[in-house]
Amino acid sequence: MTGWFTARNIAIAALLAALLLLPVFAELAGNRFLLTLFTRIVILALAATSLNLILGYGGMMSFGHAAYLGIGGYAVGMLAHEEVLTGFVQWPVALAASALFALIIGALSLRTRGVYFIMITLAFAQMAYYIIAGLARYGGDDGLTIYKRSQFVAPIDLSNKVQFYYICLALLFGSIYLIWRLVNSRFGMVIQGVRSNDLRMRAIGFPTYRYKLVCFVIAGTICGLAGALLANHTDFVSPAMLYWTRSGDLIIMVVLGGMSSPFGPLIGAVALLVFEEMLPFMIKLLGTPLFGEAAVRGAEYWQIVLGPLLLLVVLFARGGIVGLLSKVRS
Amino acid sequence: MTLFIEQCLNGLQFGLLLFLLAAGLTLVFGIMDLVNLAHGSLYMIGAYFAATFAAWTGSFVLGAVLALFATLLVGMAVEVIAMRRLYGRDHLDHVLGTFGLILFFDELVRLIWGPEGMSLPLPSWLNASVQILPGVQYSAYRLSIIIVTLAVAAFLYVLVMRTRIGMLIRAGASNREMVGALGVNIKLLYTLVFGLGAALAGLAGLMQAPILTVQIGMGENILILAFVITVIGGIGSIRGALVAAIFVGFLDTLGRAFFPDLLRMMFTKEVAATAAPALSSMLIYLLMAIVLVVKPEGLFSAGQK
Amino acid sequence: MRKALLAASAALMLATGPAMAQQKSIKIGFVSTFSGPVAAIGNDMRNSFELALDHMGRKMGGLPVEVIYEDDGFKPEVGKQKTEKLIESDKVDFISGYIWSNVLLASIKPVVDSKTFLVIANAGPSQVAGELCSPYVFSTSWQNDQTPQAVGHYMNQKGVKSAFLIGPNYAAGKDMLSGVSATFKGKIVGEELTTWPAQLDFSAELSKAKAANPDAIFVFYPGKAGVQFLAQYAQAGLKGKIPLYTAFTIDELSLPLMKELALGVPGAQEWVNDLPNEANKKFVADYIKKYPGLKPSFYGAQSYDAANLIASAVAATKGNLSDKEAVKKAMEKADFKSVRGDFKFGNNHVPIQAFYLQDVVKDDKGDFVLKTVATIVKDNQDAFHTKCPMK
Repeated sequence: MTGWFTARNIAIAALLAALLLLPVFAELAGNRFLLTLFTRIVILALAATSLNLILGYGGMMSFGHAAYLGIGGYAVGMLAHEEVLTGFVQWPVALAASALFALIIGALSLRTRGVYFIMITLAFAQMAYYIIAGLARYGGDDGLTIYKRSQFVAPIDLSNKVQFYYICLALLFGSIYLIWRLVNSRFGMVIQGVRSNDLRMRAIGFPTYRYKLVCFVIAGTICGLAGALLANHTDFVSPAMLYWTRSGDLIIMVVLGGMSSPFGPLIGAVALLVFEEMLPFMIKLLGTPLFGEAAVRGAEYWQIVLGPLLLLVVLFARGGIVGLLSKVRS
Repeated sequence: MTLFIEQCLNGLQFGLLLFLLAAGLTLVFGIMDLVNLAHGSLYMIGAYFAATFAAWTGSFVLGAVLALFATLLVGMAVEVIAMRRLYGRDHLDHVLGTFGLILFFDELVRLIWGPEGMSLPLPSWLNASVQILPGVQYSAYRLSIIIVTLAVAAFLYVLVMRTRIGMLIRAGASNREMVGALGVNIKLLYTLVFGLGAALAGLAGLMQAPILTVQIGMGENILILAFVITVIGGIGSIRGALVAAIFVGFLDTLGRAFFPDLLRMMFTKEVAATAAPALSSMLIYLLMAIVLVVKPEGLFSAGQK
Repeated sequence: MRKALLAASAALMLATGPAMAQQKSIKIGFVSTFSGPVAAIGNDMRNSFELALDHMGRKMGGLPVEVIYEDDGFKPEVGKQKTEKLIESDKVDFISGYIWSNVLLASIKPVVDSKTFLVIANAGPSQVAGELCSPYVFSTSWQNDQTPQAVGHYMNQKGVKSAFLIGPNYAAGKDMLSGVSATFKGKIVGEELTTWPAQLDFSAELSKAKAANPDAIFVFYPGKAGVQFLAQYAQAGLKGKIPLYTAFTIDELSLPLMKELALGVPGAQEWVNDLPNEANKKFVADYIKKYPGLKPSFYGAQSYDAANLIASAVAATKGNLSDKEAVKKAMEKADFKSVRGDFKFGNNHVPIQAFYLQDVVKDDKGDFVLKTVATIVKDNQDAFHTKCPMK
């Protein structure tokens, strides 16, 4: 039983508890923005978790994963624009569209590997970006406002922020569980084997291409779900959701959090977004008594730390935050 | 007809500018096996340096030359401080590490130069138009871009094919271990190559500055195109980069110019106006996808210069 | 640790008492672009807003004013995020700013949903003047189509028979081109919409215009894009060959960069720096004094008016902002001295105003300045007010 109480597990448990209690805290603190922020964190964590399946476990470095966020989001947005407001149609369409795209893109991309795979996934994501930006009917570059969120049957009401948060959280936990089961199944073992040595797996007789493709489609579909949630959360979709730098953000979350654990991407998303919101505030708070005006100015440029930090993580802390926590002796 | 000639020249000019960017990228990729996403940041820094130095010295040309040297130095510094540690690692590590560098440079530029961007005005002798063919006027500045980049391409050819350093570069692209085993100072070679790539990127940045803009994040958009060209042309091949770049330049410019008209004949004006730039941008990625499926090593893979 | 935080925040909340019945200060959020090539516009708006606050002693209705400026980075999704942050996190009483129509359209839903009063200081998309109008949304600028419609009238007056239209491909760009088309009686031989804001290379469009050989070219490119366009227009050898008519392209901010390129190029505007009313004289003179080397543009004039509009509403309701109906009525009265002279709203809260012809001339010092040449239309109301259900 002592094996359970590692620093890593305690940190993860604490995080989960905090996420569950967040709406209560936000209400008491009278800060609605906290709820908005953490809903966004949860949704992006879902996207990052799906990426982890192919990146962390499958070793497939896809630089076009944000495309599925966009596809899922636009499925909801476009249908809403056409007055199809029921979630029972919107969400399955979002999932189906993402799965279909993942199938096509995966089928073509997985024939390459290494840096070529990175490039071709990036190229397909950019193509999706340009296609969507070209749809004048749905706002093009200006984006599309969603006036009513996906409708389901009462008592489910997505415009209730607290309810929506818990729905997103449930879907996140569900996906983490799904991925954990998947990774520890025979299928998951094959995928991880492929990551280590594709040639060897093929020599043993596994049709690795097929396994990778299935993995790719599952990841894309879950990310499409995240896209549908994101569209509902922001009441707005724009082609910017698909731009390649967004895919980069997702990769950062996965690597920062730690690719070896199903919770890694969640930790990475929390770390990154909390960092983004809180760091300027903290610098101001802690720095002003010491450095005065300079601290306020300095807080604006906090992002300058993020870049080198990422580089340092890549060089010295490959396991991400989870990796670091695992090294701490309880 | 003049419209077509003008657009062809624009396509050539754009393609050559992309070549400068892609050449540096493909060299670094081919020789050090390094995926450098921060290449776009060097492009941006070159433009900012040029705008600053031109303002200080009052001369466009002098500012450009100083900017070139400054970018070369920055490139070499980046190689020594950051890139060295990435050699030999997984490509994912390169992607992540250099993505971090993009973020860093964007913020650094914002810190030093402010968020507003700068402008690089042209001296009046470049701001005119020149008659290149009877009845065909073309911008003097764009013409000078074409001339300068062709000169640089020629210089690169001479460097790579006829000098000792060039020989080492070609050898390194084919077989990097052997070059190291032969006792060549690999570290210095790598630093110089990276610096050269940086200078090329900086040159591209400063040359497009008077036409387009000098602003934060300007590298991110064009970086993708540079990578696409590198892949199409073949990693490590400068000749491939030149051919691919010119082709892509034509495809993009002529596409943007004439595709809308083509679409307008088939669809409504509104659809054509929005769809056309999107579709013509897509053509480039489609081309890359086709090349990757048909000939994954690119059109001219390394070893053939 | 978390328990302590919960307890502390609960205590804090109880200490501050129930929802504010009395305002302690007026919080205004201002969303504009402060980075990139168009930052000059955002800075001008901020400078003007600040000048207005100085003129009123930094108090509205006796209460101190706090303004939070946020940068939309010229992107609709960022503008929307910043708007939401201002509403939810900073809990502002009023929101103002918004240069770009696409940013405004993306951001308007959270504003209206939260019943926060919005004073638009520039963007004028047709939807907001029409079906998306709201009791909480006011404009101190115009509706996009109005200005190019005035230019269309002027082109008719000048006997232009054929025109080629060029503009950026986003909400405002499309509005501009359709505005000219609505009033221009000649033939439109070509229309080009360019990718915005990425495309700053207009060689293809200029080549096409040259090939079509129109009597005139109409162009709309705000900010630095306008500077690039005029430079490339000259580089393409068109200056002096085909006359140019503009809207929102040449203003006090871009003129110093355009210099002789803009000489003799006319434009239409609802405010020019030499309008002869007292408020305007004070605004321009004090702006030049406070910000040496700079001159206010129409963006700034609109922001100055926005500040004064808000102040008039706060004063009229004696700082009691929780009575939204009263605030709305006070805003609709528009009881303030505008730098435009007379100021009144239409049913859709968009101003009914005059449009002037501005030209670029060289003054006796050799500088290039804007000058009001004539009044093109008076009491012009936008064409979309009938689509607005408000009375």
